[in-house]
Amino acid sequence: MAALPLPTTAPATLHRFDAYRAEQAAKRLRTLVFAAATLVASLLAAWMGEVDLAKFVENFHKFPNYILSITPQLRWATLGEDFAEWYWGWKRWGRLLIDTVLIAYAGTLLGFVGGLMLCFTASSNLTARRWLVLFARRLLEIQRSVPELVYALIFVVAFGLGPFPGMLAIAIHTTGALGKLFAEVNENIDLKPVDGMYASGASWSQAMRFAVLPQVLSNYVSYALLRFEINVRGAAVLGFVGAGGIGQELLSAIRQFYLPDVSAILLMIVATVAVIDIATERLRHALIGMDTRP
Amino acid sequence: MSVNSGGALRHAALADAAGIAARHAAVFRPPLANRLLGPAVVALVLGLFVYSMVALGFTFERVWNGLERLGYILGYMLPPDPGKHFWKYFHALGETVAIALLGTLLGALIAFPLALLAAKNIIPNRLFHFGWRRGLDFFRAIDVLIWALIWINVVGLGPFAGILAIAMSDIGGFAKLFSEAIEAADRKPIEGVVAAGGGAPHGIRFGILPQVFPIMISQVLYYIESNTRSATIIGIVGAGGIGLHLSDTIRLNEWQNVSFLIVMILVTVAVIDMVSTRLRFAIIGRRGT
Repeated sequence: MAALPLPTTAPATLHRFDAYRAEQAAKRLRTLVFAAATLVASLLAAWMGEVDLAKFVENFHKFPNYILSITPQLRWATLGEDFAEWYWGWKRWGRLLIDTVLIAYAGTLLGFVGGLMLCFTASSNLTARRWLVLFARRLLEIQRSVPELVYALIFVVAFGLGPFPGMLAIAIHTTGALGKLFAEVNENIDLKPVDGMYASGASWSQAMRFAVLPQVLSNYVSYALLRFEINVRGAAVLGFVGAGGIGQELLSAIRQFYLPDVSAILLMIVATVAVIDIATERLRHALIGMDTRP
Repeated sequence: MSVNSGGALRHAALADAAGIAARHAAVFRPPLANRLLGPAVVALVLGLFVYSMVALGFTFERVWNGLERLGYILGYMLPPDPGKHFWKYFHALGETVAIALLGTLLGALIAFPLALLAAKNIIPNRLFHFGWRRGLDFFRAIDVLIWALIWINVVGLGPFAGILAIAMSDIGGFAKLFSEAIEAADRKPIEGVVAAGGGAPHGIRFGILPQVFPIMISQVLYYIESNTRSATIIGIVGAGGIGLHLSDTIRLNEWQNVSFLIVMILVTVAVIDMVSTRLRFAIIGRRGT
């Protein structure tokens, strides 16, 4: 500190330095408290989560070994045959993958319709009765707070094994997720067209259809396309609980150590998700472009 | 505007109907392709829906029987009751929260150096940038349940595998968000640090980190919240937490326990949602949302 002479030593300047130092000290203290709290929470969580670093270090070599063991042996000389052997089940896997996408598609569409039905009631600027708004919001919250796999577990018991209960599970979860997003869109619209509709004698549903929907529909579809991609990922693991799609096949390949199958199926899933990601993004951009009409 | 003048306008418009239609052809006679586009899209969407319903095994009989059984199940669920297992469930819930918390923190910790390498303003090489980003996408493309199955092979059944699985599936997402925050950071503080004689590590530590740290904290808190939901199901494949009890009680048809577990999950998710929102606002004010 003493090495650098201060340019001025006027009392006002010194006072300002003190204030600066005090503020810095307070900030440092806040950071320390925050870091300590995070550390304590992490240690507590490590104890709860049975973290065992010794076991981790001892067994870590199994992780790269596992990755290596699921990698297929592809030799340049016999590439065609090796590839055919690796993807020996491509017909069956392809069919299951199509099933997976269809589960996601039907689930997203049903969820879209469900969200559409509930979102107007859940928007406080469109529905006057406060209790109705709160009821719709709670309903949407319950639908999206329970993970879709839990719905799938229950629906498998009720509807039997297969892709249909998985589709229903995705539909319910999607209703909750999209309904909330739609309601948020609704709360930011221009209300003048709605007033205009009411003033010319429209009913509530007519006002929603002709004054609200034209303003928000392209946003809705954009959100639904985003959700479709998420749902394809979700549908890929529904088979873990017997609710259809490629997941069942992946689970049994992992559990029964059909190692090259694991990488073959995983790559198929990753490629499908990537294709759908790109396709939905294109569609969404096209949709945004369509919005600027006369 | 009075009714009369409105009437006058109307008559004037009707008198010139042909002229108006000719001047605004796009409104009165849109091209056939435009008129068919809407119905065609709707028909395509509905057609694909009907096809998928048939392919997924939809029959009215199945839906009817299923709904009846679902009604019975909902009836059996009431009232929610843990039986003698409350403390067992409570412990599993603690495990779930621990998995979400530690998994998210671990994921963020691993993701930060990877995000630095993925940021254009740190490594200005387009080829490397592209390849690195695609590599990070791979972590994200694999579902957390699949990561859990892989880590169970390494560290055995239990919550530790769950923590590692959540961390792995978060790395991609965090690295993407962090690198975007780093790319959006202001360059002037780094130039200042370098001008005052600091090296590249100093530039990162004193120029970039103070700018991006609040954004990173906000994203970590948000992820903890959504990972709590993932951690509730990760037990279905044996990676710890409340999911194991959930799938067991459903398989054994102990529906009162099931509904109690679901209520526990709902309450926990709501509490963590509330706490993390509060913390976000307390730490970063209103700007980092």
